[in-house]
Parts: sequence; C-alpha cells; structure tokens
Amino acid sequence: MSVADITVEEHLAHDDHEHHEQSFISKYLFTTDHKMIAKQFLLSGIFWAIIGGGLSIIFRLQLGFPDMQLEWLRPILGKWITEGGKLDSEFYLALVTMHGTIMVFFVLTAGLSGTFSNFLIPLQIGARDMASGFMNMLSFWMFVVASIIMFISLFIETGPAAGGWTVYPPLSALPQAIQGSGLGMTMWLVAMVFFIASQLLGGINYITTVINLRTEGMSFSRLPLTIWAFFITAVIGLLSFPVLFAAALLLVFDRSFGTSFYLSEIYINGEALPNVGGSPILYQHLFWFLGHPEVYIVILPALGITSEVISTNSRKPIFGYKAMIGSIMAIAFLSFVVWAHHMFVTGMNPFLGSIFMFLTLIIAVPSAVKAFNYITTLWKGNIVFTPAMLFSIGMVSFFISGGLTGLFLGNSAVDITLHDTYFVVAHFHLVMGSAAFFGMLAGIYHWFPKMYGRMLDNRLGYIHFWLSFVGIYLVFFPLHYIGIAGFPRRYYSFTSFDAFSTFGDLNAFVSIAAIITFGAQFIFIFNFFYSIYRGRKASQNPWKSNTLEWTTPVNPGHGNWPGAIPTVYRWPYDYSKPGAPDDFIPQHIPYSQTPESNLEYEKELAKNEEASKVNEE
Amino acid sequence: MDRAADIPMGSVRVKSMHPQKFAMWLFIISVLMIFISLSSAYIVKKAEGDWLIFKFPEFFKVTSLVIVISSVTMHLAYLAAKKNNLLLLRIYLGTTGLLAVGFLIGQILSWNELVTQDVFFVGNVAGSFIYIFTGLHGLHLVGGIIFLGVVLINAFRYKVHSKSLAQIEICATYWHFLGGLWLYLYLFLLLNN
Repeated sequence: MSVADITVEEHLAHDDHEHHEQSFISKYLFTTDHKMIAKQFLLSGIFWAIIGGGLSIIFRLQLGFPDMQLEWLRPILGKWITEGGKLDSEFYLALVTMHGTIMVFFVLTAGLSGTFSNFLIPLQIGARDMASGFMNMLSFWMFVVASIIMFISLFIETGPAAGGWTVYPPLSALPQAIQGSGLGMTMWLVAMVFFIASQLLGGINYITTVINLRTEGMSFSRLPLTIWAFFITAVIGLLSFPVLFAAALLLVFDRSFGTSFYLSEIYINGEALPNVGGSPILYQHLFWFLGHPEVYIVILPALGITSEVISTNSRKPIFGYKAMIGSIMAIAFLSFVVWAHHMFVTGMNPFLGSIFMFLTLIIAVPSAVKAFNYITTLWKGNIVFTPAMLFSIGMVSFFISGGLTGLFLGNSAVDITLHDTYFVVAHFHLVMGSAAFFGMLAGIYHWFPKMYGRMLDNRLGYIHFWLSFVGIYLVFFPLHYIGIAGFPRRYYSFTSFDAFSTFGDLNAFVSIAAIITFGAQFIFIFNFFYSIYRGRKASQNPWKSNTLEWTTPVNPGHGNWPGAIPTVYRWPYDYSKPGAPDDFIPQHIPYSQTPESNLEYEKELAKNEEASKVNEE
Repeated sequence: MDRAADIPMGSVRVKSMHPQKFAMWLFIISVLMIFISLSSAYIVKKAEGDWLIFKFPEFFKVTSLVIVISSVTMHLAYLAAKKNNLLLLRIYLGTTGLLAVGFLIGQILSWNELVTQDVFFVGNVAGSFIYIFTGLHGLHLVGGIIFLGVVLINAFRYKVHSKSLAQIEICATYWHFLGGLWLYLYLFLLLNN
C-alpha cells in the first residue's frame, strides 16, 4: 500500500500559464486543441464543398445542355465520357449520389457542426477546452478516414455509389443492379461507419462540455443561442446516428453475407435470387429515422449562428430568447416523429400517413416562431450590414421561402403528386442546403477574426454575398416549376420526353446560374486564404459583441484565457440597453459596474454580487 | 479547499458530474439507440409475417446467469477498491473478466444450438436477427473486457483505490449496462419468438 498513488487528481489540472513549444505534428495534425480541430474541420469542409459543388456543375451541364460536347472533361472524368463525348448515364447517377452524400454529411454536418461546435462551445461557455481533447482529436481523424475512403471511391473503376444519397435497397444491395452498387457502395458504407463514429465521439464531447464545463455564472438561461443550438444538435445526433448505423449494418450483411433483411423475391435476368422474407421498406424506416433528424442536425447550427449574428449586428437583444430555445427544443423533438413523411408513396396506410402529416405540419409552428423572432430582432435595429449579417439575413430568407414549400410537401395528398420531382429538390436545397450553407458562411465571416486574428475583406464579402444570394434564387426558384410540371429528380435526360422539352431553356438558364453561383464561391475561397496571411489585423472585439470569446486575446493560445476565466453576470444580449454609455455590455461585466442601466431586479442582483465578493475575501 | 475536492479541468470547477462518467452515460445512450432501432425493426419485420418458428436456445439461460454473476463480482471489485483492499480487487476483477469470457463462449454454444436446428445467419430473417443481436452485444462486451483489462492493469499498478475510483466506476457502469442489455435482449427475444 505504501506505493499506492494517492495524489488526488490535482496534478491533472493543466497549468495554462506555462508555455511549451509544440512540434508541427502535435500543433497542426494530431492536435487536441479545440480551436485547431475546428480549423481542421473547416478546411476539410471547404475541400469537400468544392468537390461536392463541382460534381453538381458537371450534372448541371448535362441537364442544361444535353447536346453539349463534353470531350474536354475527359482529362478529369476519363472513361465516364462516352465515345460520343457525352456523360455516361450511370455516372450521372453516381454524381447526384455523391453530391448529396458529400453535401449533407461531409460539408453541412461535419463541416458546420464540426467547425463551430468545436470552436465556439469552449470559447462561449468559458472553458479551457473540450471535456476530452483526445476524443475530439479522434473524432476528427475518424472523419479523415471516412473522407479518404469516400474520396478514393470517386476514382475506382466501377465508380462511386450510385443509388442516391439515401442508398435504398434493393438497388444499393445488389451489385448486379448497377455498377455503383459494387465496390463503390461498399466503400460508401465503410466510410459512413467511420463518419458515424466520428459524429458520436464529437457529439458526446459537445454535450458533456456544455453541461459540465460552463464557467461561474454561465447558467443555461445565460447561454448564447449558438450554444443552445449546438447542444441540441449534438443530442439529436446522439439519438439518430446509431439508428443509421443499425440500418447500414443490416445493409452490409445483406450485401456481403447474403442475409435477407431488406431483400425479397427478386428476379435478375430471369433468375431468382435466394433471398426471401426481407422488406426494403424496413430500410426506409430505419434510414429516415436518422434522415429526418439529420436535416435538423444540418439546419439548427445555422439557425444558432444566425441568432447570434443578427442580434449583434442589429444592436438589439434577440427577440424572444426563451421562445428561441423553446422552438429549438420543439423542432428537435418533432424531428423524431415525422420520418414517415418521406415515405407517403411507399404504400403506407393512409391513416398512418395522415398522422405523420399532422405531426409534420406542426413543425411549421416552431419554425415560424424562429422566423418571426429574426424579423422582429431586425425591426428598428441599428443594423450594421457586415457580410456576416447579410449572409444571416439571406439565411432567414431561404429558410422562409424554402420552408413554405415544406407546407405543401408535408401534405400527403399533395406529396403523392410532387414526390421525387424537382419541386422536392427545390424545397430542400433552399430550406436545408442553401440556408445551412449561408449560416455556415455567416459564421465564417463573423468568427474569422477570432480564428485567425485577421479580418476578411468586406468588399469581396459583399460581392460574394450578392452573387450567391441572387444566384441561389435563380437556380432553385425555376426548379419549382419544373417540379410542378412533374419532372422526376435523378433522371439523366430531359429531352427523351416530349412533355418536358419546353423546359429546355429554363434548364439551360438554371445551369448558367449554377455555374455563376459556384464561381462566386471562389471569390470567398480567395478571400479566405488571402486574409489568413494578409488580412487586416483584427481588434479584440471587432463586432462589439457580448459573448465571452471576444474577451480572449486576439490570438487565443492553448487554454483560451491567459489568466483566470471570466465570470458571467448577465445574458449575452444586452445590446443598446437604455442608460448604458455603450450600445453593448459584455457578459462578464457585473451589474454592480453598470448602475446607470440596471433594471429594478438587476439592482437587487448587483447588491448580491457585491456581498458575494466581500464573502470571498 | 472546497474546490480541490471537485475534479479540476483547467481551473474551472466541474458543475455536476465527472465529465468522463457523463460521457460514458451518453455513450450508453447511443449504444441503446442501436438496439432500440433493431428491436423495432424486429417487431415490424415479424408483423409482416414469413417468420420462421424455432426452438429458443436453452443455453441462453446459463449465459444470462453467468453475466448476472459477473455484474455481482464487478460490484464486489468496486467495493474492494473503495475499501483499499487491493488483493480482493484484483481477484474480483479477474473473476469478472473470466466470467465474461465464459459468457462469450456460452453465446457461441447457444449459436450451436441454433445451427443444429438449421437456423443460420443467412436464411430467414427471424434467425438472422438473433445472430445480429447476440453478435452485436458480444462485440460490445469484447470492448468491455478490454476496458476491464485496462482497469485490472491499473489495479496492479496501485492506481485503483479509494481516492481514485473514477475509472473503475465508469467501467462498472458500462458493465452493469451490458448485463442489463443482455437481460433485456433475452426477454425480448424470448417473448417475441
């Protein structure tokens, strides 16, 4: 017993004042610092966004200009360009599949949550780092493994997965069905297993950090809405990603071991497969039990970022702080009970369909609360039109105009007509794709000074915003009409059907708009990388914001605050408080220092603050 | 010295719970979600018919008993650590590990019982599901055994004792969860067979 190690875990307390030089590998690669991991996620997200966007441009060329000679793409696409200089029709399916997979999972889940949850949670709640830096690092490297496998699958001979991003069996389960269901599909599944592991490791960390590591005074009712959004997002992920894992696992067994969970009585070339007793609908239930919460995993962080940016740049408290939290929670809860609205046409009992329809339409209520609160926060504010603010307003615009079409699609009777048409494509690209993308861009413009200690160029930001904002509407608005006309998504060619040949010009227009919008993103990418090295030096609090991250040094080191972590005394939205000399009072300023602006009950709080200070001494 | 009693993470006091313990609970929730979704898939699939009826392996009774006993020895190990009785701690941890290995062997013997009835992994979904449930649970138990091994090594290095209980507590939580999960699966499969 005498040798027993009885030093209480005090030595675990990392001394943050001590500076130690880190090697390149431990600083930039296998880092456990949440800020560096956030940047790693951001850069990988940008990398994937370029690839995912690039794929969409290739298939937009096919849709907009079906007669175009694509021989010039042969250096990139090789044999996927046919002898006649056309895009291979099976590769077209692979393109839409990989575009969806990459954008939904690798850009808007890992790139968005991974970047901003990692970066902002410790900084805004006043923590030195995540609860487990090691798990955080593991989360990123799991994502890298998933990325590498998914990336390699783009270049294999049979092509990447091609059964749509939802990979429904039996198409995805039978390699005989299409080339993409061979090795490409296997790699897709393996990559997704690593991706799920990465998300779960990250999510467990986010939840633990928010609950356990808040600084003194940072109660849940004083948390910035960003943190609320990231927190609830992580909870949704924790509950839904394991279900995707279960769905993928059974699919793996069906594909590689010959079980029949999803397969039943299938004939290929006149020969019966041995599988009996399976149900492809079972897969859809399991998949959409993840899949629907997933769209909120994508949009909630964007809504959180938007709340913060709009309040700061309207110089006004967020309208309905508690209603905002309540609506996030309501959306999170409802997200788990609406999955079957993706399956109205699977032959489901119409009565069951009407229940799911009812639950789906309820989501309009918390969503409308959020939209209303954004607009009322803007109303009569001293609006500062920073690029981040413009992107936030654009996000609200997309959220509303895309959300409205959700009301149509949520009705089972209407959905049966519109299911799998371009109307659906237009709907989710606006409400989830573009809105979340704009939320992410708003976050990058807003927190770039904190990430790199320099400012992004505003003028390029404005150009980037207007080209993207107008461009996105020009791309997705016409798609509604093509969808109402009945054109199905994922089809290789318009021109084979007389009914749709009148949409040829509209499709060419959409494709041109898409190319311009995609091109505009390179303005941002130039701005981003140029400003990292050459941007204007940032001040400590460039947006005059209230949250804790702006109390750190311009380039926060390991441990975030050089001295003690500030204590929090107030909520994060004390902007333009009557009586106050400045139009913002940061969270760490005690009420006892702001007697001129305190409300009645805050005067009481101020007395207690002083009393507790005396007690401490 | 009130602050030193809490677990220091940087210089911030931990608010409610040891973060790693909390993370373990979250991990348990995510594991639970896998089994809940598979259970519901099982129920949905069974309701669709085309369901093979076969004799439920009797040997699962033995393995259930084994895993319950291993939970008891795990708890005894924890109590021993609390009382700084390192010898008993090591014995109980070792016993728990052996029981767990015994449980896994027992599960494979139960699979044999299925195979003798011509119920294979590939075939009717009713059989496949049993293999999936037991296999996935077994995989999680393998993870638990590895964790147990780490605790045992630390017990030999005098690192598990009344002033340093976090690791064995987390391990015990996971262990009891796996035991409970098995009992749930056993009952679920028995009642829905």
